Amino acid sequence: MRTRFQQGLDELRARLLRMGGLAEQAVDRACQAYIDRDLARCHAVLEGESQINVIEREIDELAFDLLALQQPIAVDLRFILAVTKINSDLERVGDQAVNIVERVMDMVELPKVELPVDIPRMAAAVSAMVRRSLESFIEGKAELAQAVLEMDNVVDRMRDEAFINLVKAMNENPAVTRQALDALLVARNLERVADHTTNIAEDVIFWVRGADVRHNASPEFPVTHEVPEVK
Amino acid sequence: MGVGVKVEKLNAWYGKSQALYDITMQAQANHATALIGPSGCGKSTFVRCLNRMHETVPDARADGKVLVGDLSVYNGTTAVQIRRRIGMVFQKPNPFPTMSIYDNVAAGLKLNGFRDHHRLDEIVERSLKHAALWDEVKDTVRKKSGASLSGGQQQRLCIARALAVEPEVLLMDEPCSALDPISTGKIEELIFQLKEKYTIVIVTHNMQQASRVAEFTGFFLLGRLIEFDKTEKIFTTPSDKRTEDYITGRFG
Repeated sequence: MRTRFQQGLDELRARLLRMGGLAEQAVDRACQAYIDRDLARCHAVLEGESQINVIEREIDELAFDLLALQQPIAVDLRFILAVTKINSDLERVGDQAVNIVERVMDMVELPKVELPVDIPRMAAAVSAMVRRSLESFIEGKAELAQAVLEMDNVVDRMRDEAFINLVKAMNENPAVTRQALDALLVARNLERVADHTTNIAEDVIFWVRGADVRHNASPEFPVTHEVPEVK
Repeated sequence: MGVGVKVEKLNAWYGKSQALYDITMQAQANHATALIGPSGCGKSTFVRCLNRMHETVPDARADGKVLVGDLSVYNGTTAVQIRRRIGMVFQKPNPFPTMSIYDNVAAGLKLNGFRDHHRLDEIVERSLKHAALWDEVKDTVRKKSGASLSGGQQQRLCIARALAVEPEVLLMDEPCSALDPISTGKIEELIFQLKEKYTIVIVTHNMQQASRVAEFTGFFLLGRLIEFDKTEKIFTTPSDKRTEDYITGRFG
């Protein structure tokens, strides 16, 4: 194995793991900020976003250099392509966390009301998806990634339920409209985070198996052996 | 037009040492097929079996079935007949140094007793055009020797020489390994154009070259054909771990 190339792949992997850690932390903090109406956590998420953006650019630059200088093929090419796509998704996860805390900052200005939505439960499900999608990348295991894909329907249903219940609440009690709208947007942001984790899981499957499973496509070129040797 | 090459259970030996084991594959007509693998894996031996050059090595022998179109290479056909239908280009350009460019291209036909000078002129010009060399040498084709050309031009001259006898299959054994990137680019562009008329089998150590020029790729290891598939499949999602390890530089 070419030493310099392997070092580049290792570096790319390490930076993506750092990026994943920051995105996961941002989502967890944003959810906790919602639950506790905690402005300090909101500010922590806002401050963390710039760090995520910096690493996003670093990862893209490194991937670009490896593609240009090392001409990777097969599993290495799939790995680098997957990393660049996961990188974008993690950056968008960070953006969704920012969107959530912006809603929280609006909500804490308003009177606290009871709403017919279980955001903490939805947040727990989404956090688990973020964690598992990153685990599937760390382990290079397509089965873990597959499990993430299967969790997406659960979160979609939660979002649909939240929509129905919150619209109903707004109709019945217009005084809670602004709080309900904030909660509705938070539910939507969480559902978007879940969508990004499914993208990450699909990219892991592409890397490990060489199979494109996006949009329920059946893979044209499934690899018959498990791959990753990237440490 | 090119014809397909069909190989079934081809085995080859150098003395007692077996170099190829039960190779079965097909090179499709009017397509380029690349053969890759580490040094000593048997890929050059394989192409040399296709036009019976392997047997020119003392103690070397081969058995199995090789069909070039309908012609059986190892059953009732002479080596000369085979080589008229299968041209070959080698790693190092090898023009006849004392001959002019013209005579280099015409050499094969003259050896076969071809004496129609008017027709010979046409064939030389057409062959040099097909080899993308005509425009560069047309004014000096009878004056300059083949050896006076640059390495890239010499290799294209050798391709023109191979094309002059109107083969159906062109074997290329690492044709660009001694060339700079510009000359390599010209040969690769040429391969792309030649596929319209000929079937091409190319041995290369350059993965990028295989992926650029060939529709099909075979990976050889220790005398065995480990994997044969569409080139995009081999270079994106190979089925065999050994192929993947080789093309990603993990061994070899």
